[in-house]
Amino acid sequence: MHSIAAAPHIFWAVLFIVLPLLIVLFYAFTDKAGSFSIWNIVALGDYMPIFLTSIELAVIATFICLVIGYPLAYAIARSKPEHQKIFILMLMLPMWTNLLIRTYSIMALLDDGGFVNSVLMKLFGTDEPVLHIIGTKGAVIFGMVYDFLPYMVLPIYTCVSKIDKHMWEAASDLGCSPVKVMTKVILPLSSSGIISGVTMVLVPCISTFYISQKLGGGTFELIGDTIERQFLNGARNIGAAISLVMMILILISLAIMNKFTDADGEDGGIIV
Amino acid sequence: MEKLIELKGISKSYDGEKVIDSMNLYIRDGEFITFLGPSGCGKTTTLRIIGGFETADEGSLYFDGVEISDVPAYKRHINTVFQKYALFPHLNVYENIAFPLRLKKTSEDEIKQRVTEMLKMVKLSGFENKSVSTLSGGQQQRVAIARALISHPKVLLLDEPLGALDLKLRKDMQNELKSIQQEIGITFIYVTHDQEEALSMSDTVVVIADGQIQQIGTPTDIYNEPKNAFVADFIGESNIVDGIMLEDKRVRFSSHVFDCVDGGFAENEPVDVVIRPEDVDVVAPEKGMLTGKVTGVTFKGVHYEIIVDIKGFKWMIQSTDYVAPDSFIGLYIEPDAIHIMKKSKYSGMFGDYSSFSDEMDYISDADAVEEF
Repeated sequence: MHSIAAAPHIFWAVLFIVLPLLIVLFYAFTDKAGSFSIWNIVALGDYMPIFLTSIELAVIATFICLVIGYPLAYAIARSKPEHQKIFILMLMLPMWTNLLIRTYSIMALLDDGGFVNSVLMKLFGTDEPVLHIIGTKGAVIFGMVYDFLPYMVLPIYTCVSKIDKHMWEAASDLGCSPVKVMTKVILPLSSSGIISGVTMVLVPCISTFYISQKLGGGTFELIGDTIERQFLNGARNIGAAISLVMMILILISLAIMNKFTDADGEDGGIIV
Repeated sequence: MEKLIELKGISKSYDGEKVIDSMNLYIRDGEFITFLGPSGCGKTTTLRIIGGFETADEGSLYFDGVEISDVPAYKRHINTVFQKYALFPHLNVYENIAFPLRLKKTSEDEIKQRVTEMLKMVKLSGFENKSVSTLSGGQQQRVAIARALISHPKVLLLDEPLGALDLKLRKDMQNELKSIQQEIGITFIYVTHDQEEALSMSDTVVVIADGQIQQIGTPTDIYNEPKNAFVADFIGESNIVDGIMLEDKRVRFSSHVFDCVDGGFAENEPVDVVIRPEDVDVVAPEKGMLTGKVTGVTFKGVHYEIIVDIKGFKWMIQSTDYVAPDSFIGLYIEPDAIHIMKKSKYSGMFGDYSSFSDEMDYISDADAVEEF
């Protein structure tokens, strides 16, 4: 009975998850002629700087998302129930617009000849762009934070709003100052939300390519761009190898994060 | 015993509705005091003001002679056992109980010794490493009590702590709480809507209704000498009839003049007369001071609950002897079974068993559980 009910899901999983993975695996370990080769993997050493830049930018963006996102999620979760709905709607609203369009809009706003600069040029009475943003790492990080912030806020909000409101009272009753209430009770209780928020921001940040292409102005390359370029140029094997290593890196970091959530029991909340 | 906590003119309103109305009360060191009242009477709010979770709109709160109205909860030597326990789900039993000590940077040896002691007191030795979510309601309650007591507070607040437990467990926990309180000798302030619980555990009972204290006294005083119709009705069963105090120790009600033991009223002052159902003797109609027709008989195990119609007013009588429905019986009442009360705003609201049924009683009790 169970096996029959699970059949469509298994079919789906095999067709769209297992099979593509096998194809990636196959390409990663073969050369152009289709015979076995580990040279793709060996050649990855050349891409190390790109890997490092990608991870660096993704980690910075995720950290900023967390620093902005946690207080925001906390404030929403602790506001009146009727206000919570409005705040969440406001947070979700930008997500209804396509990610690509939002990224283009940032470009239009922050470009050397864009809206922000033309206003500033008028203000300062100069013909030179005042702020050079597009084409810097800062612009890419800004784009990542802007695009992925809701993915940080939502899981933390869900987690904090589920915490029994007596926890705050119990903690302060037992001697916690307002700061200790946060560090000793509320932060540990919302760790599963933090971990799924970090996962949901970090993974797309590492593998993004359009944000770096548009906002990075082509001045530097992230790993997502490299993979895209390899496939467009027909170098499927090296592209597949990079994808494979990325996947392994992401799986390792997810496994480490899952270790943390396992410690505090079944409430989980992680999205893999 | 000295005054440990004192409330002076405490008032609190929510959305313009007065929940506590200028309450004055003092609590002595080392006593077991219970706030007793129906749902929404203000008893939990009073407790939360003492605990520091709410601030009073007016009035002041003193602890050991020092005003603490604006002292935050974490700086008060008062700990709370919450209705739903509020244990920390990310910590095991040991760490939950050790929590207040860890905040104070107590040494690991002392923590271990005191937690072990506490676990022994609440009979949970061996549960150190269990996750709190695997414990039963009663066990969680014990952990909550141990956690609240480990830092040696001067006062323990208990907000309907046994509300979620089943009857048998509740009785056991009542006895245990009482013996814990006697063992450690600190003040317990207990909130409940269950009059039996209040009477059996407390040194002092504070009956609260409509945000005001109706009566303060020992359980025996509250039961035997209720101050008004509300208290008489809320604590136990009572027949409350209109009477006229003819002179000291003589009262007329139900068209008959009775001898009683109370005095100090004006001549011919209208009063409320309370007669407990168990204090009425059933006799033959010709020997009775009052006579009436039996309209209902219910077997209750220890006794029969008999509803008698006397001149249109329904009395409840508890008797170990069976009487047949629709028969006429006489009632005999001893002078010391008659308790006289001043008229109050609750006069005429309680004490008539015309619409009485067990079901009604059950509904009003269930309603009371919902209070927060």
